[in-house]
Amino acid sequence: MAQLFSASAWNKIWTFRAVFLQGLGTTALTALFGLLLALAIGIVLGLFATGGLKPLRIIARVYVEMVQNTPLLLQMCFLYYALAFSGFSLGIIRTGILALGIYHGAYVSEVIRAGIEAIPRGQFDAAASQGFGYIQKMYYIILPQSIKIILPPMVNQVVNLIKNTSCLYIVGGADLISATYNFVTGESTGGAYAPAYLVSGLLFFLVCCPLSSLASMWEISLKQRESRTKKTRRHSERMA
Amino acid sequence: MENIRGSISILTNSAVLIYLMKGVAFTLVVSVTAVVFGLVIGSVLAMLRNYCNHGATRPFKWIATAYIEIFRNTPLLLWIFVCMVFCPCPGFLDRKMFGLSSAEVKLLFKTVVALVLFTSSVIAEIVRGGLNSVAHGQFEAGRSQGFHTVQIMWHIVLPQAYNNIIPTLLSQVITTVKDSSYLANVATIELMARTKKLLSSAYRYNGLNTVNVSDVFVLFGFACLIYFIINFTLSCVVRSIKGRRAKRARLAQLALKGQTVNTVNS
Repeated sequence: MAQLFSASAWNKIWTFRAVFLQGLGTTALTALFGLLLALAIGIVLGLFATGGLKPLRIIARVYVEMVQNTPLLLQMCFLYYALAFSGFSLGIIRTGILALGIYHGAYVSEVIRAGIEAIPRGQFDAAASQGFGYIQKMYYIILPQSIKIILPPMVNQVVNLIKNTSCLYIVGGADLISATYNFVTGESTGGAYAPAYLVSGLLFFLVCCPLSSLASMWEISLKQRESRTKKTRRHSERMA
Repeated sequence: MENIRGSISILTNSAVLIYLMKGVAFTLVVSVTAVVFGLVIGSVLAMLRNYCNHGATRPFKWIATAYIEIFRNTPLLLWIFVCMVFCPCPGFLDRKMFGLSSAEVKLLFKTVVALVLFTSSVIAEIVRGGLNSVAHGQFEAGRSQGFHTVQIMWHIVLPQAYNNIIPTLLSQVITTVKDSSYLANVATIELMARTKKLLSSAYRYNGLNTVNVSDVFVLFGFACLIYFIINFTLSCVVRSIKGRRAKRARLAQLALKGQTVNTVNS
């Protein structure tokens, strides 16, 4: 702990600042592509889960249950070693992106499903009665309404995804946490534990805190609006 | 085909199975410990953040808020690394226990501390949700009966809050069982780590002297299955509780509506 106030330890951090910045870059890159993959999987499965076709609903359900009930770390190891031992190694970063996308895809699909299911049944019937096809119905009527329900939990998922890039460590990744750990245990760079962990934690906090605060503020304002509309509706019912 | 038979024969080795099952036991013990201690610390944090709004108590609110936000916005692995270096370990743990070496026991203690610290910040937010769901009238009612704040919390507010968050807390147990696999990054104690270790020495057990892709599938598949059984059971419990509560709420609403109709009619 005394290292927190030691100038030489901080000097070392400053000299090797590139380690942390590169780690942050890898984390951001992995998180970004992981998120894109998760969104793709999540949107497809979310639509599967809320659509009328039973086989598709079952596919979505099975995927979500399988993925959500096993640890990401295990999935990442599974994927990495399965690919490595069968000779199709993708490299650590790409494996990480794939594993993160698969894992968070399940969560994103649940968020989207909840958003679509929150829309009253009448909206679907109304759209159908106006002769809208499935895509039109979703695009013009349902998704614009559910987006505000979807967004706050989605942002929370992004925060989790950023934090979960630390899973790359187990397969020898280069993300921020792995870079920090390799830095503090490296032969030529080692020793400066406290300042290095502080810097790495601070970087994570600076990225994640604004996002999670945004999500919770969003959620609160959504709830307030909901209770206001409920109140006015009750009021108008009473007047009638 | 031979490879697959060899890989499956790993799991029929009783020493391997006992090794893995001990890992399952550690996973469960670690997760339950983390949730129990997390619930205690989390409840204190939640109450401090929610109710220390006036005068001299405000710093407690700030501390609790800072704690919750710091742990929620940084990865668990960072805290495991931090605790490995900085967490003091009581002396009586420096010996062999539960079939672990003394170094592993110390590691286990430190990593569990990290898991408790991390989990308590998540549970604090869950408990806060439960506290907010208790109607404000409950406080006033308690005060009117001459209860002081601690009594109101203990006898009136907390029981209702806990009751409201039972499903969310159980979901958090699922998350914690999954999070306990992070211990595999630093020690070979629980299921995930033991599976990974077995893979690296699979050549000794499958009778082929090499590690094959089928070993990966059999070993990790087995671990996946165990995690799935544990967590799926829990998530079924969560769903049934939620379903029952939703039904009760609907019935209550219907009854309420019936009542208003009756009073209007009479």
